[in-house]
Amino acid sequence: MTLVPTPGQTVGPFFAFALVHDGGAELVPHGHPGAIRFTGRVLDGAGDPVPDALVEIWQAAPDGSVVRAPGSLHRDGFTFTGWGRAPTDRSGRYTFTTLTPGATTPGAAPYVAVTVFARGLLDRLLTRAYVPGDDAALGADPLLASVEEARRATLVATADEHGFVFDIRLQGDGETVFLDHRRD
Amino acid sequence: MTQTHAEQTQAQVSAEMTALTEAYDASATVETQTRLDYPPYRSSLLRHPTKDLHHADPEGIELWSPVFGERDIDPLEADLTLQHDGEPIGERMKVTGRVLDGDGRPVRHQLVEIWQANAGGRYVHKRDQHPAAIDPHFTGVGRCLTDADGTYSFTTIKPGPYPWRNHRNAWRPAHIHFSLFGSEFTQRMVTQMYFPGDPLFALDPIFQAIVDRSARERLVAAYDHDVTEHEWATGYRWDIVLTGTHRTPLEEDES
Ligand SMILES: [Fe+3]
Repeated sequence: MTLVPTPGQTVGPFFAFALVHDGGAELVPHGHPGAIRFTGRVLDGAGDPVPDALVEIWQAAPDGSVVRAPGSLHRDGFTFTGWGRAPTDRSGRYTFTTLTPGATTPGAAPYVAVTVFARGLLDRLLTRAYVPGDDAALGADPLLASVEEARRATLVATADEHGFVFDIRLQGDGETVFLDHRRD
Repeated sequence: MTQTHAEQTQAQVSAEMTALTEAYDASATVETQTRLDYPPYRSSLLRHPTKDLHHADPEGIELWSPVFGERDIDPLEADLTLQHDGEPIGERMKVTGRVLDGDGRPVRHQLVEIWQANAGGRYVHKRDQHPAAIDPHFTGVGRCLTDADGTYSFTTIKPGPYPWRNHRNAWRPAHIHFSLFGSEFTQRMVTQMYFPGDPLFALDPIFQAIVDRSARERLVAAYDHDVTEHEWATGYRWDIVLTGTHRTPLEEDES
């Protein structure tokens, strides 16, 4: 049996009071061993910040395992759940505190799965933020290989002194590659 | 002088929507989902991708979903009328339904989040400027986990329609926002549930951004007298279908 999926709709302007909760963006506490910052800006087609977006991340643990622990809404401060949610601020910036994801398959290029919601965005967008650095793994990645070379960089985070930076451009120059996972 | 979006009339926006609907009807194609590029929704103009989505088979983490459990949800969060000391104003209602994947299987023990305006069409959100009363007994946020059958259930107050600034005299049809997770990350979605027979449907660019009539109707709940409770609450039923999953049956058994 194949059913037709229900259409999505915009998250609208007034989601923060429902979807944004304390600790949602801190997958691990500040100062946790190995904690990194995963941050970036959401930008519109004019290059302006999108201050009313919501970004969610879902990732493997540093050892590549897929976390099957609850507690993302009420964190206990010890359990890494792999999932987080952060609103953008006035400058369009979202910021997570998390751990570097490992590869779920040995040798694969590790990445953070990213979902973007915003006022003005009629349906959610899905993308990937690959961990930079391992050029051999990135070069062998099937998804990256399937994307035209000029746009590949939009899927790879850059490193800074605290962790990774991943800007999301909804439209225009450097438009992020967004993914469609529907089965054929 | 150019006209700002806020000065444009409903007639101007409706004419654009009618033209898009007519073009769709003439195209002999079938669109089941919401368009990202729908200019009558003015806020979408600079916020929709202009390039096609890139088809990708999900891998690794994408084949799994975050886990939510008892520690994440208080069972009282499913009743939005019990979150304060007094009764909220408005029509008490129940809304229930099932979350299914594209193969018709129930999505079990997964998080459902809702948020909405109060009976007067006012959100608690600090940036809501609509001059309708805030109800001190209603916040408008609910959460629950689906049961083993994929069923969610909330008790709430029927939300009112509210004005917004897409154009002059723009009003949103009454709706409840829903946030859903599936059994894999690719199924993540946020949508809105509407009420049957709303006269604002034809005027609303967010609803009409689903250009296919039967696809739009998938967002409209059904009044269900079997959900209605004697001398207590009216009842609505609304089932939600997520996209199909990619994991094999063996992996399903392990999860
Ligand atoms: Fe709304």
